[in-house]
Amino acid sequence: MMESNHIIELRNITKSFPDKVVLDDVSLSVKKGEFLTILGPSGCGKTTLLRLLAGFNSATEGEILIGGEVMTGVPPHLRPVNTVFQRYALFPNYNVYDNIAFGLKLQKVDKREIEQRVKRALKMVGMTDYEHRDVQSLSGGQQQRVAIARAIVNRPQVLLLDEPLAALDLKMRKDMQMELKEMHRTLGITFVYVTHDQEEALTLSDTIVVMNEGKIQQIGSPTDIYNEPCNAFVADFIGESNILNATMVRDRLVRFMDKEFECIDEGFGENVPVDVVIRPEDVYIIRNAEAAMFHGVVRSCIFKGVHYEMFVDTPDGYEIQIQDYNCFEPGQEVGMLIKPADIHVMAKERTENHVEGTMVDATHVEILGEQFECQEVADIESGAAVDVAFDFSAVELTDDPDDGVSWGTIRFILYKGDRYHLTVRTDEGESIYVDTHDVWEDLDEVGIKIAPSALRVVRRAEK
Amino acid sequence: MRNLVKFFSRRRSWSLPYVLFMAVFIVVPLVLIMLYAFQSKDGGFSLENFERFVNQPEAANTFIYSIGIALITTIICLVLGYPAAYILSRLKPSTATLVVMLFILPMWINVLVRTLATVALFDFLSLPLGEGALIFGMVYNFLPFMIYPIYNVLQKMDHSLIEAAEDLGATPRQVFTRVVFPLSMPGIVSGIMMVFMPTISTFAIAELLTMNNIKLFGTTIQENINNGMWHYGAALSLIMLIIIGITSLFTDSSEEGANEGGLL
Repeated sequence: MMESNHIIELRNITKSFPDKVVLDDVSLSVKKGEFLTILGPSGCGKTTLLRLLAGFNSATEGEILIGGEVMTGVPPHLRPVNTVFQRYALFPNYNVYDNIAFGLKLQKVDKREIEQRVKRALKMVGMTDYEHRDVQSLSGGQQQRVAIARAIVNRPQVLLLDEPLAALDLKMRKDMQMELKEMHRTLGITFVYVTHDQEEALTLSDTIVVMNEGKIQQIGSPTDIYNEPCNAFVADFIGESNILNATMVRDRLVRFMDKEFECIDEGFGENVPVDVVIRPEDVYIIRNAEAAMFHGVVRSCIFKGVHYEMFVDTPDGYEIQIQDYNCFEPGQEVGMLIKPADIHVMAKERTENHVEGTMVDATHVEILGEQFECQEVADIESGAAVDVAFDFSAVELTDDPDDGVSWGTIRFILYKGDRYHLTVRTDEGESIYVDTHDVWEDLDEVGIKIAPSALRVVRRAEK
Repeated sequence: MRNLVKFFSRRRSWSLPYVLFMAVFIVVPLVLIMLYAFQSKDGGFSLENFERFVNQPEAANTFIYSIGIALITTIICLVLGYPAAYILSRLKPSTATLVVMLFILPMWINVLVRTLATVALFDFLSLPLGEGALIFGMVYNFLPFMIYPIYNVLQKMDHSLIEAAEDLGATPRQVFTRVVFPLSMPGIVSGIMMVFMPTISTFAIAELLTMNNIKLFGTTIQENINNGMWHYGAALSLIMLIIIGITSLFTDSSEEGANEGGLL
């Protein structure tokens, strides 16, 4: 029926609250003994996913299997999982020993065994001799260690960790990361770890699940996710990157910044629009501008400890981020080289906006909850369902939401070297994508205008 | 003149009215009670008032009875108040505020008016006045003082503690007995103090709801003072103050931070 090496199976999980959908048809398998990290920006649904596993919330649709058993309707206290909470959630009325022994006492474990197991758990988290301390007298790091000990002492099949290191300072966080990794190796149980910190995810995990807006964007090993991001969101969220619009000329040849570059990707077809990702450390910067593949002028150079971070402007208006051990002074003319293997080509998720609408009259169409003017469409009667397409650059955003025909909120900003690619969520919950040279900020409220000539209206095909 | 300006500009001087108030209305009366309690009728120092309390069973019996009634009232308030507070703390914040308001609303009306209304209610239902009516009236009057501090503590409790307990395998009942209830102790202690202490010394409620048939200690003190027995009345007041003082010391040490859930 199901593979025994999968300890957790999520099948088409949807979770919606009255006002929004938090998880949208998420399916995921976790292998036994794996260190799996769910990574995403705040509000992407990662904590909700963890709470569904722990049983604090129930899914609107879909089912969860843990250890091969369907967990629908199973309350938290009967699930073979334990949770480490972000804010520790230690019981202030018990001391360290009693906090850790809490679960074992409920299971009516023999007193002497409880003592042994608590001591072993304390040793594991490096807190020997703290048994009788009041939990509120401990530092944040110590409290988190006790919280981890309290969870692992019950020997759960799965340990759920909800941003356990988020409240700790940088140094402590690094130490704890190493200890968690070590603990995972020693215990051999499955860890499901939730974080918004991409570096933490890359350091700790066997598998990373990148989430955004309630959907899984990519599942893969840290190196896969870093080296072969499957879309622009993942590339932008994991590490620094230059993301550019490009055209796949043919196999192993891609055109961007008005130049053709050799690459190693195949199978996209000929003359297909794609995105390319180039990591800042993969751009070689040299003094001799003649031998370079392309050239530019250094705009800024900042020392970052190990390397320098430079922004270089090209003559055709692109901005390239580069990391190099050598410093090039601002204003200096430089040349740049990119190795074919370092150009990562990604299929574009979309090349234009598509929305569903209704014809109002010959020159108006209702989309995004409002009436937009369009070019005269003679052959579609009023009230007919239509599909409307328009280019990213055809959308004009205005500061004043009342000035636009419709309005929305900026949800995601992607810099593409020479322009910004914005995701705008309208009040009706539809997303449209906008290319612009203007600088906007996340969560800005904007008015949306679209040039009438840019709207391409076609009758919606009957299903 | 300059000294006067200097005097009024010092912040310490501003507290003078309060110091005076406390001296006149709190310290002096206490001192007077002490003095009267240890004086015989002719004005000399004596312990005869206390001897009288110990030797005359009437006052001592009333005293013990009063404590009994106060205990019963407190226990009933706790038994009724805790579930109410628990349910309240589970409501949506907006609903909870409204319901708490409804609980507190009667407190805006004077206790005598409410008690007279209770008498009228018992008459209307042709229920006998007496011990039962007394306890009913006391519980009715003091229940909000039990509910509010407990509600306050429960409502502020970190919900992740409850989730942590569930996660570690506690059934809903175990979550309550091992986490929620122990953590609400400060509220319970506050509630007990807010109910037990004033109930020992009530007299108006007792007079009205028992047609003067049952005497509480408060009544005894009031009778003595009304009848000009200042010295004996003062001694009885002092005994009551000491008992209340002892209970508050006891509750303070039993639970640190008891004021956390305080109503005031």
